[in-house]
Amino acid sequence: MQTLLRTPLYERHVALGARLVPFAGWEMPVQYEGVIPEHLAVRADSGAFDVSHMGELVVEGPRARAFLQSMLSNDLDRIGPGQAQYTLLTNEQGGIVDDLIVYELGPSRFLLIVNAANRERDLEWLRERELPETEVYDASDDYALIAVQGPRTLERLELPEAHAFTFADGEVDGIACTVNRTGYTGEQGVELLVDPDAAGELWDRVLARGVVPCGLGARDTLRLEVCYPLHGNDIGPETDAISAGLGWVCALDKDFNGVEELRRVKEAGPQRKLAAFVMEEAGIPRQGMAIVEGGEVTSGSHSPMLERGIGMGYVPAELAQPGAQLTIDVRGRPRRARVVKKPIYSREET
Amino acid sequence: MAAAESYPDDLRYHAEHDWARIENGEARFGITWFAQDALGELVHFEPPEDGATLTKDQAYAEVESVKAVSAVIAPLSGEVLEVNRAVIDAPETVNDDPYGDGWLVRVRLTDPGEADALMDVEAYKQLLAEQG
Repeated sequence: MQTLLRTPLYERHVALGARLVPFAGWEMPVQYEGVIPEHLAVRADSGAFDVSHMGELVVEGPRARAFLQSMLSNDLDRIGPGQAQYTLLTNEQGGIVDDLIVYELGPSRFLLIVNAANRERDLEWLRERELPETEVYDASDDYALIAVQGPRTLERLELPEAHAFTFADGEVDGIACTVNRTGYTGEQGVELLVDPDAAGELWDRVLARGVVPCGLGARDTLRLEVCYPLHGNDIGPETDAISAGLGWVCALDKDFNGVEELRRVKEAGPQRKLAAFVMEEAGIPRQGMAIVEGGEVTSGSHSPMLERGIGMGYVPAELAQPGAQLTIDVRGRPRRARVVKKPIYSREET
Repeated sequence: MAAAESYPDDLRYHAEHDWARIENGEARFGITWFAQDALGELVHFEPPEDGATLTKDQAYAEVESVKAVSAVIAPLSGEVLEVNRAVIDAPETVNDDPYGDGWLVRVRLTDPGEADALMDVEAYKQLLAEQG
């Protein structure tokens, strides 16, 4: 058995009574008090997540921008230093090797924050393709990452307002960190990149300001309510961005791996689409359950905001329309669901 | 609000963390504090049908938390007389009161002698200590 990795906050999770589970090779907190109260804290106030397991890759050199333009789906020329962008690392078939956020540290230096499970594959992928004078290296051990999310986050941390997908040096109670205006919950918030040696104290300060510690359980229900795809569930090397509804992060007018295939799918129209649905009968959809009309649930859970089962899955394109009826096979019991417009949950509609 | 850990001494216990409260040839079934704590806050109870026949040691229902689903094992054989609607409507009732309002089904026992095979509270606590 492989030894699980631990983040610099591991002892704090234990002290807080977290339930720890293996996740992508790491021993991570799935919950503290409970998934539902943690989820509700993020929707109503502010919650903190240790996401130090995520990978940080650096790409630098005079041709770093050109290199990444050919590797990533989104148009890097739309951002400058101090800005970040959600983007996809694609393969030659238009499949999704990983989804990530790229941060432009300087004109020839970029930070990629990638999924923990894909860190080594991404690094290998980029190194196999890197251009001369471009260096790609894994800087994950140089960073801890604490996401603080929810409508009262800035007030609680006394941080200034800033545009989404920007970042800047900052501090919380004198502890230096990079304040990224990004997240995975659909709420306003920040992700704090910090020296691993200072991460424990930063975490303590954040919690001392009334922010609720939250585990990966709530992170998953929060992202599913707002239909952010999870790599490995909803998207992967065998799924293309157009079918996944991620065409908006694909600059099809530039050249990158798989762009021809993506243009073709866009032109022809995808045969299957990643649809979001809400259960109309009792029962909780789970990953891998069959959708009777064709397809399979890629993510499913209970929505703490809607108080019913919700999910996503690839269905024939004609069924990926709001209002379409689906039937989920819940361990042999057919249960009705209705396709809804993404996101499943938004503040304005409740 | 989740209940504090407890194991009443007037119940009979099954090794799959189920309890039975036996009275006059009938019984109520539920899951123990340990079982609800392991699952976390329940968000769904999939009940058996009224009149369903339950067989000792076999699954008769499901309980689900946000992250997990668990089959519920019948501690004794019997026929379902009543399903607890309060738990269908508010599954967290099981977390709040696992031995009281959080009971799952009421059954007519078909073989009351089966109860001899269940554990008393001391034996069940011993099992938990060994598993812990």
